[in-house]
Amino acid sequence: MSNTIVELKDVYKTYDDGFTALKDISIKLNQGEFYTLLGPSGSGKTTILQAIAGFTEVTSGEVLFDGKRINDIPANQRQLNTVFQDYALFPNMNVFENVAFGLVVHNVKKAEIEQRVHDALKMVQLEKYATREISELSGGQQQRIAIARAIINRPKVLLLDEPLSALDAKLRKDMQYELRELQQQLGITFLFVTHDQEEALAMSDEIFVMNKGEILQKGDPVDIYDEPINHFVADFIGESNIIPGKMVADYQVAFLGHQFECSDAGMRPNEPVEVVIRPEDLVITSPEKGKIQVKVDTQLFRGDYYEILAYDEQGNEWLIHSTNATKDDSVVGLAFGPTDMHIMRYNESEAKFNSRLESYED
Amino acid sequence: MKRSFKGLFYTPYILWLAMFVIAPVALIIYYSFFDIHHQFTFSNYRVFFESGTYLTMTANSVLYAFLITVISILISYPMALVISKLKHRDLWILLVILPTWINLLLKAYAFIGLLSHDGLVNNLFGFFGIPAQQMLFTDTSFILVAAYIQIPFMILPIYNSMTDISDSYIRASSDLGASKWQTLTKIIIPMTMPGIKSGIQIVFIPSLSLFMLSRLIGGNKIITLGTAVEEHFLTTMNWGMGSTIGVVLIISMVVVMLFTNTKRKGRRS
Repeated sequence: MSNTIVELKDVYKTYDDGFTALKDISIKLNQGEFYTLLGPSGSGKTTILQAIAGFTEVTSGEVLFDGKRINDIPANQRQLNTVFQDYALFPNMNVFENVAFGLVVHNVKKAEIEQRVHDALKMVQLEKYATREISELSGGQQQRIAIARAIINRPKVLLLDEPLSALDAKLRKDMQYELRELQQQLGITFLFVTHDQEEALAMSDEIFVMNKGEILQKGDPVDIYDEPINHFVADFIGESNIIPGKMVADYQVAFLGHQFECSDAGMRPNEPVEVVIRPEDLVITSPEKGKIQVKVDTQLFRGDYYEILAYDEQGNEWLIHSTNATKDDSVVGLAFGPTDMHIMRYNESEAKFNSRLESYED
Repeated sequence: MKRSFKGLFYTPYILWLAMFVIAPVALIIYYSFFDIHHQFTFSNYRVFFESGTYLTMTANSVLYAFLITVISILISYPMALVISKLKHRDLWILLVILPTWINLLLKAYAFIGLLSHDGLVNNLFGFFGIPAQQMLFTDTSFILVAAYIQIPFMILPIYNSMTDISDSYIRASSDLGASKWQTLTKIIIPMTMPGIKSGIQIVFIPSLSLFMLSRLIGGNKIITLGTAVEEHFLTTMNWGMGSTIGVVLIISMVVVMLFTNTKRKGRRS
């Protein structure tokens, strides 16, 4: 029963000064799924959120909620709630009053308010903090209160605008688990906005990668990571080595003067392409055994792996993740298999990309 | 070395405080214990609290100051709300503040010109066939003109506290289902309370002792504590009595300050 709860149809947003924030956005959000809008700042992801929440009007196109057009319905009558980037907890109210606000403005009875606020605070594990002032809470606690306040009205969709960006790294990781758990517990749709690809990959059922007001690719985290549609997505999601090459024939790609077997097909013969190899898919071996030879430049210890920067003979930069260190300035071989490579065409649309993948994948 | 350097910066403030705050207040209190013949006495205070005249005068002053303050809040608040939403809001607020740069006396005379029997307002009334009204020297005109004079001082702190409210509070309120009216009463007004309170502090106290306006617009019919002070110092030369009224004004100022002091139990505006 995956029915659509929120839908954007051909949405454009152009500001008075002529800046186009959204270009032809069409997305469908199903009930009970965790979606992420991922993109660099200024890519339009927050604008999409605001268009759904009702804080900004779209220039053209339709915003649908539960099948009904809500373009002209004001924010306070839309049945979805938002967790704001700065939390926006009301400083003139304490924790209880903040969480209860959504119920108070709907004239809910006092006994029911108390019960529901208690439940909401319990859900975010802060039931003992009801009488605290907002200024007495830590950043992580404020974050949870903001979530409790947003779910008090039992919305069908929760919009989260970079809610973790103000937290420190450790807390951010913990909150990723908690948010995911909360979403599954509530069974409602989450639309999460972030510029952090790690957050997006960790939590989402589906990711929309955005840049410059357009959605470049959508798909589940594994697909997006393993099969990025173009240079931008490959570069933005995770780290990658992107090398220009030539598609000699189906399953045959040439780069750096060698021909390799790969797992992609469907291009024109001899079409110029880009080859993506993730740093963790490269295995360091002896120069003779390696498919290509590189010279190690620098190594950084990252805790769970070494990040090795190396250059091939043509001056391309190679990033390698390895559990073992290697010698600086030594020449090593890099080994990789056919499935470690992903081939990207230049300027391929998402629809064509998907149908091409389907044409040769089982 | 560093300490004495720091002391150097404190000096102007301490001098200012001593010469223009502590000394005058001490002098007023000192003078309030002397009668017209320079004899030490408590009679000034006895007269003030026993004669009905001064108490009525005080009650009147408080009533007028209260009305002036309320009217200026009622006009300033919506005005600040609208201006804070405008595109060039700094320019618009400047236009509201502009009249404070004009001398009070000039403004008072301008109002005399407007409100007098043959003034502009009555001429306009005549144009619509309304008979000429007695507007000058009435309570209403005094209160309205005083409110007009005070509005810039009321609007500025309110406006400042409004521009301090981040947009996301308003969005959050509306997102949670609050109507515009609920957002105003539950979010905007409580969050601008510090601004309203400092507005009251700036407007109420001076309104207690307006004397020029009460003479020029109120036409000597309205005797406030301010007029009484002026009368005692300049006409009857009873400095002791004038100082006593001064002390009463200072005490009421302290009382208003205490009442409007924002109790910050960990809440920040």
